[in-house]
Amino acid sequence: MSYCKSVALRGLYAIILVIVPGVSFAAEELSSGDTAWMLTSTVLVLLMTIPGLALFYGGMVRSKNVLSVLMQCFAITGLISLLWAVYGYSLAFSSGGSFIGGLDKLFLAGVTVDSLQGTIPETVFVAFQMTFAIITPALIVGAFAERMKFSAMLVFMALWLTLVYLPVCYWVWGGGWLGGYGILDFAGGTVVHINAGMAGLAACLVLGPRRGYPQIHMPPNNLGYTVIGASLLWVGWFGFNAGSEVAADGVAGMAMLVTQLATAAAAISWMCMEWLNHGKPSVLGIASGAVAGLVAITPASGSVGPMGAIAIGLASGVICFYTSTRVKRALGYDDSLDVFGIHAIGGIVGALLTGVFSAVSLGGSGLGDGNASIGGQLAAQAIGVGATVIYSFIISFVVLKVLDAVLGLRVADDEEEQGLDLSLHDERGYIL
Amino acid sequence: MKLITAIIKPFKLDEVRDALSELGVQGLTVAEVKGFGRQKGHTELYRGAEYVVDFLPKVKLEIAVSSDSQAAVVEAICNAAQTGKIGDGKIFVSDLQQVVRIRTGETDEQAL
Repeated sequence: MSYCKSVALRGLYAIILVIVPGVSFAAEELSSGDTAWMLTSTVLVLLMTIPGLALFYGGMVRSKNVLSVLMQCFAITGLISLLWAVYGYSLAFSSGGSFIGGLDKLFLAGVTVDSLQGTIPETVFVAFQMTFAIITPALIVGAFAERMKFSAMLVFMALWLTLVYLPVCYWVWGGGWLGGYGILDFAGGTVVHINAGMAGLAACLVLGPRRGYPQIHMPPNNLGYTVIGASLLWVGWFGFNAGSEVAADGVAGMAMLVTQLATAAAAISWMCMEWLNHGKPSVLGIASGAVAGLVAITPASGSVGPMGAIAIGLASGVICFYTSTRVKRALGYDDSLDVFGIHAIGGIVGALLTGVFSAVSLGGSGLGDGNASIGGQLAAQAIGVGATVIYSFIISFVVLKVLDAVLGLRVADDEEEQGLDLSLHDERGYIL
Repeated sequence: MKLITAIIKPFKLDEVRDALSELGVQGLTVAEVKGFGRQKGHTELYRGAEYVVDFLPKVKLEIAVSSDSQAAVVEAICNAAQTGKIGDGKIFVSDLQQVVRIRTGETDEQAL
């Protein structure tokens, strides 16, 4: 076309873009609405770790170990951020084979101010996914709380990110082999929760129980912190789930709504289970129930409807109540802060029920690609769950065993007795 | 001189203190302690882990008095601290060998 015409058309285009924000004529233009939301989501998910998870866990350990938990969460945040930038993002999200991504984006090569990932800047996507890579290993802290060496923990986290998180993330979200089954895992039921939960189980088995467990009383030192932490998790999770749409649209809106409903249902159902079983409801119970609901709705948040979310929440609250209390005590392992009982089990419950409640007939927005029936979808979900359970547990277990032989994982008996705050950090959490 | 040690229920402290003031007792020391006698503890529950807590919070008072005041002080504490329920506490009276006021150096009866 003539020069004048093309200028006029570009002018018209510019005017329309100014008047009607978000309208895009070409493939993948930057959407300021999507970008604004994703910038916010990233911040919300970071808040979930620092200080959400840090306080949630910190309040549950004994007072002599409160700082050690905060330190672990903070250190993981710093460490994983750096590793993510250097190689994590590349291996998780750049094109590769079926097992792991490539090295095209090593050191974030090619990620510039203007690079786009869909309708948002790639930098924002890198940061958003970074916060997921941070919170997943941080969740595992709960399984080995009060007895792991800080140095060994740092090494473990670096190895775990590299050998477990990055592959599973790539399999589900980066273009790896789990992508072809039409598995529905919107915000990371497998990648984050089952993954961390199984690693947590491996950790508490390899490290062994805390000295004196279960005879010695080890009550939470500050349930106020725990409730503050759980509240920050609840609020921050809207960034986790609704942000996983990577857009500010209807799906994100529904994700927010179903997240709220599942969490509320699980909090109330755990509270009721406790009331029935022990005669009184507790604040630790209702906070734990809320987290169980948040975990379970994570994979489902992009495809279930409000009533399905309530069902998922009720199921998770009841089931996780049992796995974190009766089952744990019966089997005897010291999963100090119920990483397996809530994150693995809640993740499995949620991932499987996603296959059910995503069906349009049950209020969802539709099953995954290639799955025509709930049965078919359940099978796909089971594949995702099974792959994560097996891979995460085995590799985590092996890494821990090797590290135990090379570095030693546990602190000495007298250090554990004195408390990690003083013995590992020369600090006291409370100077009252 | 006598040293009167009383273990009482914490919420009774203000009442006991007022009763002692009325008698003219001008000073006492208070500590937060834990203990048990015949009063049973309570249970606490954290994620399915039930703990029986035997030790109950109590308040310990120590009052140095002249031998003449002993009976009145003991009676005043008993009346003020009593609820009639198990766990009201106990009073121990022991002989006090010497008392010194640090600021002035006064001793014994002058220091009370």
